[in-house]
Amino acid sequence: MKAVISVTGKDGVGIVAKVSSKCAEFGANIVDISQTVLDGYFVMIMITDVDSLNVQFGDFVDAMASFGKENALQVNTMHEDIFNSMHKI
Amino acid sequence: MSILTTNDIRETINMIQHENLDVRTITMGISLYDCVSDDIDRLCDNIYDKITHKAEKLVATGEDISKKYGIPIVNKRVSVTPIALIGGKADSDGYVKIAKTLDRAAKTLGINFIGGFSALVQKGMSRGSEQLIKAIPQALTETDFLCSSLNVASTKAGINMDAIYMAGNAIKEMAYLTKDKNSIGCAKFVVFANAPEDNPFMAGAFHGIGEPECVINVGVSGPGVVAAAIKRAGNCDFGTLANIIKKTAYKITSVGQLVATDAAKALDTPFGIVDLSLAPTPAIGDSVARILENMGLEHCGTHGTTAALAMLNDAVKKGGVMASSSVGGLSGAFIPVSEDEGMIEAAECGALTLTKLEAMTAVCSVGLDMIAIPGDTPVETICGIIADEIAIGVVNTKTTAARLIPAYGKKVGDSVDFGGLLGTAPIMNVSPYSCKDFILRGGHIPAPMHSLKN
Repeated sequence: MKAVISVTGKDGVGIVAKVSSKCAEFGANIVDISQTVLDGYFVMIMITDVDSLNVQFGDFVDAMASFGKENALQVNTMHEDIFNSMHKI
Repeated sequence: MSILTTNDIRETINMIQHENLDVRTITMGISLYDCVSDDIDRLCDNIYDKITHKAEKLVATGEDISKKYGIPIVNKRVSVTPIALIGGKADSDGYVKIAKTLDRAAKTLGINFIGGFSALVQKGMSRGSEQLIKAIPQALTETDFLCSSLNVASTKAGINMDAIYMAGNAIKEMAYLTKDKNSIGCAKFVVFANAPEDNPFMAGAFHGIGEPECVINVGVSGPGVVAAAIKRAGNCDFGTLANIIKKTAYKITSVGQLVATDAAKALDTPFGIVDLSLAPTPAIGDSVARILENMGLEHCGTHGTTAALAMLNDAVKKGGVMASSSVGGLSGAFIPVSEDEGMIEAAECGALTLTKLEAMTAVCSVGLDMIAIPGDTPVETICGIIADEIAIGVVNTKTTAARLIPAYGKKVGDSVDFGGLLGTAPIMNVSPYSCKDFILRGGHIPAPMHSLKN
């Protein structure tokens, strides 16, 4: 199964590296990244494969959210099915 | 992002974070038929054991799903078989005991509400139903999470005016008994015509007589998402507007279906229905009134409001029905006054009146919902307001309901604050002219001609 991780916040050096390392720590494999900076505002959407997570998915969601807080970023991790159900017929 | 586009992902996240998209409730319906006993204590034990066993994992499952999809699931609730059907020989004291048992089960489970302290009296009243209605004021005063409803009419059976009179008296008594809490007891009691048997929303949820042993029903929400979509569309014609609402309703309902399917699987319980409803909250940006205003009305309640609501209600159903394998419950736009920030403002400035609300209920789901009226409103006038609302449902073959709060000691110009999702209700004006002689005739208003469809 795949999860969508959205990351937003003030732009700075090394955000992609930090988020990627955190994903690696939990065994989430990044399959796609889209990233941009708008008026100094960092916006990234990652699609990750979470089949080989070393923790429960719910714990991964919490861990990513608190990692975001520590780094002044908003990090949301959501199962891809919510997007599939809304945007595909 | 070969399959999902970045825009799709952003749209969903924006709906949740900025437009108040949520799943309003996962409601587990539980049959209590096999709890029946002629011993009231044994009956209560059976009820408590069954509910706390069946719904043991309901709250945890709701929280897990909420975390998985990153969407709030605001309420976890239980509805049960109408208690009048399983009360056996209980008298009104016995029914109060059952009410307290249900409340205790709700507290053990950690759910938000439990519904089903109900009776179906559209054609007449059994002894058990009569005892239950007598118990309602005390039952709702002495419990916290229990909700109660009466079905007093149907298109097939006509209107039980005696039941409406009993309901009116119960409402007055409850307003007095809970006067220290702004008469909040009345907010947990609703009077229906054509009550749906699979409704996940409170206060009217009960597990109907033809329902399975146990079932999962889900109620969606999302007026803020619809309001924002209409605002973005700007000046467009009605056909375009209807399409925008349909597409948005499709997306909202899809989430409901996803959550319902997941919850049913996790709880090993059959999926029942998704209720396609636009349910507002008192929060800014979560209002049905603001949708109507974004369509071009200066204030909700002005001329054009009924037409706007009719279009909204229809488009929500058309969009939503395609997103779910099974649709039911109330399905439509809700217009509870105290629970909708835009409705509160419209009522306070005088744009929205009780008579206009009555007209609006002819074209949307539910009815006169969460409306506070002066505490000194005569019981017959309360019955008259209910009877009018019920007649609209009976004649138009639709569900209507009344949830009225004659707030004790309050008058027009005051308001009552219930807190949380129940919100704040400005006291609305009622007609000073009496309908006492009409209400006191008693008896039954026959079913309309078009009930004879066979």
